[in-house]
Amino acid sequence: MRRVRAPFLPALLVLMALVALFPILKGDPSLREELFLVFMLVTLASSINIIMGYTGYVSFGHIVFFGIGGYIAFWLMYSFNVHFLLAAVAAAIPAAAIAALIGIPILRLRGAYFALATIGINEAMRSFVTNFEPFGGAVGMFFNFSVYDTYGGAKASGQLAYYAMVGIALATIAASYAVKRSKFGLSLMAIREDQDVAMVVGIDPARAKVVAYVISAFFPALAGATFFFKNGIIEPGHAFDLLRSIESLVMVVLGGIGTVAGPIVGAAVYEWLRGSLITSPLLANFQLFLAGLLLLVTVLFVTAGLVGWLRERFPVLRSYVQ
Amino acid sequence: MILSVEQVTIRFGGLVAVDGASFEVGEGKILGLIGPNGAGKTTLFNAINGVYKPRSGRIVFRGEDITGLRPHQIARRGVSRAHQVVRPLNDLSVLANVTVGACFGREQLGLRQATAVAEEMLASLGLMDKSEMPAGKLNVAQKKRLELARALAARPLLLLADEVLAGLNPQEVADMLGVFRRIRDQGVSVIMIEHLMHALMNVSDHVVVLDHGQKISEGTPQQVSSDPKVIEAYLGDPAVAQRFLEEGA
Repeated sequence: MRRVRAPFLPALLVLMALVALFPILKGDPSLREELFLVFMLVTLASSINIIMGYTGYVSFGHIVFFGIGGYIAFWLMYSFNVHFLLAAVAAAIPAAAIAALIGIPILRLRGAYFALATIGINEAMRSFVTNFEPFGGAVGMFFNFSVYDTYGGAKASGQLAYYAMVGIALATIAASYAVKRSKFGLSLMAIREDQDVAMVVGIDPARAKVVAYVISAFFPALAGATFFFKNGIIEPGHAFDLLRSIESLVMVVLGGIGTVAGPIVGAAVYEWLRGSLITSPLLANFQLFLAGLLLLVTVLFVTAGLVGWLRERFPVLRSYVQ
Repeated sequence: MILSVEQVTIRFGGLVAVDGASFEVGEGKILGLIGPNGAGKTTLFNAINGVYKPRSGRIVFRGEDITGLRPHQIARRGVSRAHQVVRPLNDLSVLANVTVGACFGREQLGLRQATAVAEEMLASLGLMDKSEMPAGKLNVAQKKRLELARALAARPLLLLADEVLAGLNPQEVADMLGVFRRIRDQGVSVIMIEHLMHALMNVSDHVVVLDHGQKISEGTPQQVSSDPKVIEAYLGDPAVAQRFLEEGA
């Protein structure tokens, strides 16, 4: 809304790219592995933020699109030797189409009913895949190592997957920002605040919500394709993992719901915390308990999340941090 | 005629909220819609802008039958509404609220242009200094003005104003009436629901009276206010009503 536009998005993308280059320059593969995961979580959290933060629809089972993207891409690479990058895009398109198909009926539901429906869809998809033999059924699929030869061996493949994931995360953030600052984004936020009013002022909520849902499904599907390509093995429990879905919701709330930077901060902080906890012999078993506690504290005391809190506390930040 | 309501009936189960009501709104005119509580005034607004679908009858806007269209489709044809119970988009700024009106209304403006229109509207309604504030933090009078600003930012051809004067002090009422006259002079037609009789009589070109969902009278403010049926519907006792109206005028 402001006329003075701080170069927030370019600055953010450059910062993220620099962070991404760090392990490459340092030649530290374990740090690279960690960052691969962080960028994946940034993608998941930012995508959910589009439907949950901007539009006000809590997509609890959002991981379903990660799973669908992962499975379709894996199947294309496994059965037809399709190149990874092509397979990822070829998987994200049907995932987005599925989002449109299921979005049309379930986005009519409001509040808790929508959230429950998304869980139902994730569970249904997992059962389907578990019994779907072309996708390997309950055992899933795994690559023969020779698959990686196309990309110059396992090491080079890992690197390719890393760059792909960084690219996906940056694209997600750019999309999130573009949506937030657009007329379309304004219609989503109007729907979030009061759908009936949105309709009376001339917004078609059904259409806007489905478009938002499709955008928020596309990027997780790309991330799923990349993750399982690198992983070399895919099975239903891992692809449609509800816990991961819930964790990405926590990241959004922790970082700042409805902000562009929030999900990035949330994903980074959450993953850093989990990393520290899981390596601590004393607290390793309480990792999820502490995650739950963190969520509770955030929703009770800092409803706006870290980024939202900073924006409230220091008004000067408002024109710089979205 | 910009709007014709023809024999419109709206039922909720067994309750007939609006019963065969007909009236017309002239281009660039202010129509006052009055009637006791529960007469069906707000329900009629909901039918005009597509929130409810009439059981029977037709609503014709600028020669086009709009009966049964969805609210957003009607909004895009140039019908705006200010709600009786103010409904700001609480977490959005005052400016964003009004920008929403400009963006998705009749002109479908782009964000930049819409923001300019919104700022103009805020300035003319005296809300400019609040533009960055979350709309939820305004007081009632400010929210009423915001509601009107959002409706007007769409640059409507027809404004449905549902008790926008309620809860305002006399000075604010006078200011608001000035706003209505101004937009009428710009060619906007208005239907006003109002309980503040003297204010409504003052500004309306034509008045329609509803009671129990039926139109019981219509005419100029003078004709309507001296109609015994209207007086009876309002107060039961014509003598008391007469005194009330004289004081009000």
